[in-house]
Amino acid sequence: MEKDVQVLEDVTIRFAGDSGDGMQLTGTQFTNVSAMMGNDLATLPDFPAEIRAPAGTLYGVSGFQVHIGSTKIYTPGDRFDVLVAMNPAALKVNLKELGPNGIIIVNEDQFNEKNLKYAGYEVSPLEDDTLVKYRVFKVKITYLTGLALEDMKLPAKTVDRSKNFFALGLVFWLFSRDMEPTIDWIKDKFKKNAELVEANIRSLKAGFNYGVITEAFQAKYEISSAKLPKGKYRNITGNTAMAIGLVTAAQKAGLELFLGSYPITPASDILHDLSKLKNFGVKSFQAEDEIAAVASAIGASFAGSLGITTTSGPGVSLKGEAIGYAVMTELPLVIVNIQRGGPSTGLPTKTEQSDLNQAIYGRHGEAPLPVIAACTPSDCFDAAFEACRIAVKYMTPVILLSDGYLANGSEPWKIPSPEAIPDLHVEFLAEKNGKQPYSRNEVDARPWIKPGTPNLEHRIGGIEKANNSGNISYDPENHHNMVFLRKSKVENISKDIQPAEVYGDLTGDLLVVGWGSTYGAIRKSVEAARSEGKKVSHLHIRHLYPMPENVATVLRSFKKVLVPEMNTGQLAGILRSNYLVDTIQQNKVHGQPFKAAEISSKIEEVLRG
Amino acid sequence: MSEVATKNEPVKLTAKDFASDQDVRWCPGCGDYAILAAVQRTLPELGIPREKFVFISGIGCSSRFPYYMNTYGMHTIHGRATAFASGVKAANPDLSVWIVTGDGDGLSIGGNHFIHIIRRNFDVNIIMFNNEIYGLTKGQYSPTSEVGKVTKSSPFGSIDTPFKPTSVALGAEGGFVAVSIDRDTKHLQEMIRRSHAHKGTSFLEVYQNCVIFNDGAFSALTEKESKPDNVLYLEHGKPLVFGSENQKGIVLDGFTPKVVSLNSGNYSVNDLMVHDEKLKDPTWATILSRMNRNPEFPHPIGVYRDVPRPTYESGLVNQLEAAKAKKGEGNLEKLFNEGDVWENN
Repeated sequence: MEKDVQVLEDVTIRFAGDSGDGMQLTGTQFTNVSAMMGNDLATLPDFPAEIRAPAGTLYGVSGFQVHIGSTKIYTPGDRFDVLVAMNPAALKVNLKELGPNGIIIVNEDQFNEKNLKYAGYEVSPLEDDTLVKYRVFKVKITYLTGLALEDMKLPAKTVDRSKNFFALGLVFWLFSRDMEPTIDWIKDKFKKNAELVEANIRSLKAGFNYGVITEAFQAKYEISSAKLPKGKYRNITGNTAMAIGLVTAAQKAGLELFLGSYPITPASDILHDLSKLKNFGVKSFQAEDEIAAVASAIGASFAGSLGITTTSGPGVSLKGEAIGYAVMTELPLVIVNIQRGGPSTGLPTKTEQSDLNQAIYGRHGEAPLPVIAACTPSDCFDAAFEACRIAVKYMTPVILLSDGYLANGSEPWKIPSPEAIPDLHVEFLAEKNGKQPYSRNEVDARPWIKPGTPNLEHRIGGIEKANNSGNISYDPENHHNMVFLRKSKVENISKDIQPAEVYGDLTGDLLVVGWGSTYGAIRKSVEAARSEGKKVSHLHIRHLYPMPENVATVLRSFKKVLVPEMNTGQLAGILRSNYLVDTIQQNKVHGQPFKAAEISSKIEEVLRG
Repeated sequence: MSEVATKNEPVKLTAKDFASDQDVRWCPGCGDYAILAAVQRTLPELGIPREKFVFISGIGCSSRFPYYMNTYGMHTIHGRATAFASGVKAANPDLSVWIVTGDGDGLSIGGNHFIHIIRRNFDVNIIMFNNEIYGLTKGQYSPTSEVGKVTKSSPFGSIDTPFKPTSVALGAEGGFVAVSIDRDTKHLQEMIRRSHAHKGTSFLEVYQNCVIFNDGAFSALTEKESKPDNVLYLEHGKPLVFGSENQKGIVLDGFTPKVVSLNSGNYSVNDLMVHDEKLKDPTWATILSRMNRNPEFPHPIGVYRDVPRPTYESGLVNQLEAAKAKKGEGNLEKLFNEGDVWENN
């Protein structure tokens, strides 16, 4: 049957169901296929902390939002245009964010008395006027999947597990997606179980064909490929980009990468990814706790490897003392913090930017270290590389901040050529040549001396040491000098980093300043404001400590400074205290990223005021 | 850094070569001096170039040890020496890694890392100086202090049940567990040699006298008159005999050890337990460990257990080599282009 085909510039879809319904997988497949079809995109996986929450409950709803388009896509979308709801709870939780006249595809089979009750519906929303403003497609997904697999005589459970592929197939049809990449993926993923391959492919095709043959859908949609810069692309999550960035830095430095890590949400995927890369000489060590994780990484750095530890906020709390030790002993170390909602256990699967103060100030004593933040999923690659560069050049621990949104979110990554990536020159001291363990080079870094090198035996430790010799020193004057030396060594890195780049004009009415994962939402809202002729610019700070030297000038070139953050105003406070700039705060701690519209309305409010 | 010239052939080292230029700052009469001397005397015999030794410690009196050794060294943070050492050994399995810790550092704040390094079986050597007290913080009870011990933080007597470090090590799958005494220099040197010879984590507990806060804690084991009745020297393949005239021995009643007299006419040497440090099953070593610091028994001194198993770092290196053999050396171009890649023209 021929249907109307409408061309859309962009569309946002949210797949939602029980945490056991396979919504993350479904969303990821839709994303990967769209990426391969040339769309730009951004994703927002949103799942509960419970692995398999009781079926049908509101708190057990798992969602995956993907925003695809033929133009530059900065965010996973403020609201979605299409909601795929596998049960009443998924509908209830997500309905408020469905845009006007949005499409709802529901698995009608799940709208039974029990599930409606779980979701708190007294009357089925499919039968009253709850959904009157939307275009609702009721599909008996469970029943139809069962029919498609009937002759396979599979257990009911297996049939039930294939129904997400039916839903995916239907959405593939609706948005004119190519099924082949997913079919290939199914064949590979389930290659040990031919029955599952067959069942999932059949379900996928059945969903697709349902769209083709039924008259329920009047139109289908197309989204042309985006005009991304020329080159090769792949879709990548922040955590994968981080892992690849770290291993790239180790290779470019000619060092073995040692990862000391303890599993923690949302950072564990970096441990998983790096554990696979044994042929790159990556030594991954799943330690007994967060402290052992960082301590082993510092030990590995002492022995001449690139020591890395990956964690989230609670882990950084535990690592604090050891990080101070790395500051004191001046050893390279990269601490990756994938931030999540805090304090304490907080919201483990939700995103937040509340560890900036912890990163900059969170150690006892004067323990300065560079702090860097990634701003998009693919930027995690570049940020990881930069963190390693600074760590080995300056013999210092570096904290690298990402967050749950970047970690699990994805976007197309323009694949660089390995040859085009600069070498990180690392030289171990091989002969004394008048040098001592705490001699200083031109950037005040001390030499890196590998145990096993003859005649350079030396001891390092946490007790204050005399400059040059490294011997224990309780001399008051020496301690004063060493405290300031460690500080100036780190602060001088500001001369060795990219100046902060302003998007828009260099002066104006309003500068929106951000860091980390708010990049997309800020950029989109600033772009929109500028297209309306407003004198608004965007400054996104990657190096949070020390900051680039030009930040002071940039801040003072605007009448007002707005700082949107997913915390209570940490960067705003730092800018105020360091630059005496009157920052206007916009804060949100919902465990969800900013919507561009939220920042747009704040921009308007500030400009009006 | 050392001033010794490099030559192609190994230099014959002496104890002096292992002494750093730093003043040793333990209290006069501290048992730590004897242990330091024993280590410095033993290392030259091991045939390892000095630059391959790394001494790693935590916090406490004993943990100042690395500063006095002219080797590579790390004086780390409280309780974590074992965790730092794991990273050092994993990064470079070629190094000879020695961990110096105390009863507080190793078993209290560092208890977790202590059991895990033993479980993983890195080929490192742990020497635990056990003085049954906190020295550096000036005299609080430690996890090995006896019940009822009166200290500054337990003015009415400690109500904590102490650990037996050897039992903890065996419970953590320790393959090499031994005990020695600071005053028994020759025995101590032999135990250091044996620790080194064992492939895998070796745990050597050294009873060490703190002259300031716990003086005489081990005098029953070190004084001429009391030593023979209180110390049971373990030798592989030999019956468990002790006493001033070798008149006493240990028999097993079920799983319970019993002290018997060889003079009573009821028991002969042939009835006694014969020590076997090579038993795969750790039960026998554990029985010995229960006699340790138990007033009803002599204290077993020597090697309780010496049973090798594969080390962590060998497993790690094997996996890296297998991966390289299977997939080839890591290639960034390949890694970057994994999965679904598309071209925008």
